[in-house]
Amino acid sequence: MSKADELRRKAKQRRFFIQAALVGLSGFAVAGAFMTARTNLEAQGLTSGFGFLERSTGWDYSFSLVEKSIMDPYAQTLFVGFLNTLFVGFIAIFLTTLFGFIIGTARDASNIAVKSAATVYVQVFRNIPLILQLVFLYAVLINLPGPRQAMSMADTFFLSNRGLMMPGLSVTPGVAVALLLASIVLGVVLIWNKQPLLRGLLIWMGGSILLSLIVAAIMRPEGEALVSIPSLQGLRFRGGITVPIELFGMIVAITLYGSAYIAEVVRGGLAQVPRGLTEAGQALGLSTGQIWSRIKMPMALRSIIPPLGNQWIFMMKATTIGVAIGFSDLFYIVSISITQSGQTLELIAILAGAFLLVNGGLAVFTNWLNARMELKAH
Amino acid sequence: MADISASAPPSPTTSIGATLRKRAFSSPSDTALTVIVFGILLWLAWTLFDWAILRAIWSAENVDQCGKGTGAGACWAVIDARHRLILFGLYPFDQHWRSTLAAVAIIATVILSCIPLMWTARRIVTLWIVGFATYYLLMEGSLIGLQQVTTDGWGGLSLTLFLFSSVVLLGMPMGLGLALMRRSKMPFVRGFAVVLIDFVRSLPLLVTLFTAAVVIPIILPSWLEGDKIWRVIIAFALFFACYQAEVFRGGFQAIPKGQFEAGAALGLSYWQTLGRIVLPQVFRHALPSTINMVVITFKETALVIIIGFFDIMASAKAAFGTGEWAPHYLEVYVFVALIYWAFIFSLGQYGEYLKGRMAISER
Repeated sequence: MSKADELRRKAKQRRFFIQAALVGLSGFAVAGAFMTARTNLEAQGLTSGFGFLERSTGWDYSFSLVEKSIMDPYAQTLFVGFLNTLFVGFIAIFLTTLFGFIIGTARDASNIAVKSAATVYVQVFRNIPLILQLVFLYAVLINLPGPRQAMSMADTFFLSNRGLMMPGLSVTPGVAVALLLASIVLGVVLIWNKQPLLRGLLIWMGGSILLSLIVAAIMRPEGEALVSIPSLQGLRFRGGITVPIELFGMIVAITLYGSAYIAEVVRGGLAQVPRGLTEAGQALGLSTGQIWSRIKMPMALRSIIPPLGNQWIFMMKATTIGVAIGFSDLFYIVSISITQSGQTLELIAILAGAFLLVNGGLAVFTNWLNARMELKAH
Repeated sequence: MADISASAPPSPTTSIGATLRKRAFSSPSDTALTVIVFGILLWLAWTLFDWAILRAIWSAENVDQCGKGTGAGACWAVIDARHRLILFGLYPFDQHWRSTLAAVAIIATVILSCIPLMWTARRIVTLWIVGFATYYLLMEGSLIGLQQVTTDGWGGLSLTLFLFSSVVLLGMPMGLGLALMRRSKMPFVRGFAVVLIDFVRSLPLLVTLFTAAVVIPIILPSWLEGDKIWRVIIAFALFFACYQAEVFRGGFQAIPKGQFEAGAALGLSYWQTLGRIVLPQVFRHALPSTINMVVITFKETALVIIIGFFDIMASAKAAFGTGEWAPHYLEVYVFVALIYWAFIFSLGQYGEYLKGRMAISER
């Protein structure tokens, strides 16, 4: 056997031993953890398994999109937490993306005043920890005056220490969620159809609003106006939609922080569009708006979408800070459930599973979006 | 066909007047925009200045001397009265000088790391180990003959800096290890790294830290359990490492394959090629993203308040939560936000500067 063959054989052997050791050690660690967990749990008199999910919880929490009671079983309460996480997450994703694109475009503007305002915004909100912003904002919100002295805007929006009261369509929460889903489906269909940017946005927003109005007109409860406006009656508000301060604080804090990040992503994408293309647009007599929507943004989107997807996933994960102000997101519900029921391992597994599912889904969506936007080879 | 008459070439002047005319007052609508946006900015700046400086009360015997209601300015007296609690937490009062020195050691370490003179593997590793050891010896105390203070007694800004520096110090080599594993040709080694990195990255940091705080005691035998603070630091470092491994991976992808082959052709071993040829280039490429990661880590340390540590946010809450100063929560939060902002903004600007400098050198 030649020297080279000998060396190759030895290298192969070494690779085998390294891998066998790694697999063995991991297996040993998992088995050890499993055994220890069983002894520890037995010592505490806990039975493992998912049977506890059917027991009722016996405790209340702050926010739910559906009817809740302290008699609800754990499974239902956890599901409510999951819905709340998705609800806040998707609202935050929508608003941060909207404001992020506006502010990112402003960072790229030729007007000095607009550019400096956007720069100040980004530098302030990106450089303070999100949780500090949230706790700060929440402290301000709970110290606002009560409903009777609520700050009002045009007598339709009211902000008090009870939350934000705003006008809304007179529909039940179930119908509202269905409308939200319909709007998302419409958006996906428009992307799939490869609509031009501005026209797509207009069709999407116009379509969503029109659909909501039609459905609300048909489905509204007997004898109620199409749009209900909040008004002060005695000590509290009636009508309209009430956004509780926990939810309001979460949405505002995540939106301020996240949009500063997305603005930087958008600015980076716009900066990569060659100057010559903008100048070509100017030479053809296109307006600034046309250059933005027909030349710069379609080019920039290709480098914006991958990091944008990462920001969306970040936003979903950021909802866990709701626990700092008592907003009942999934993490909050899980941590209360752990102290109340002691089923730590099962609940952590549910929590991790839920996040893997949602973030995996978002990653798949981003990849799909990216593939739709990619230039096809000619 | 339209008649195109010759005109003088545009003058290449870049005077302030010309720039302003072009970028602020190019058309009536542009002028209106400039005036409105600058007006709003000025109004905001004035309101803030008026509240924080002009009408502020800087020192007061007690809370009653600070004005109440919407007309009053900032009451910085609350910082005067409570800054020790905010900065040092529950650390013994007469030992605060140690906490100060320890915090200075960490800040000095971070600042020194930014100087290119320190950018050799040996110097930077020595610097961080010395800085961290100084911190630990001063804070803990018993090893250098001072009064012992266990980690339960650490708090405020010093604790935040401790968490930050130990996460970076532990996480950096872990991240490099994971990046190397992910590049390995051995399928099990690579698979292990891929699964671990993707799993940790798709979970929120809070879930990882929470798991370290409450799950580890269940699945580890008690002799392996360790202090809660170390469990959380190791979990945080793992989180950092999984993101940092992706940063290093980007650095590795920028290295042409010829570099490895050249090393092999010279008869260098895997570790020699890595250490002498590839890694120095990887670090260089990964530097801006690494600084970005470090900045994010500093921000995320604020999350430990949720799992019950007395970091700067918790001590800030305690500073106004004791009743007397309760109306002045705003000033306390502004103070803490300014501390975070100063750290994060300056590190971020430094990262931007490095990015710009490297972009020039690579042209």
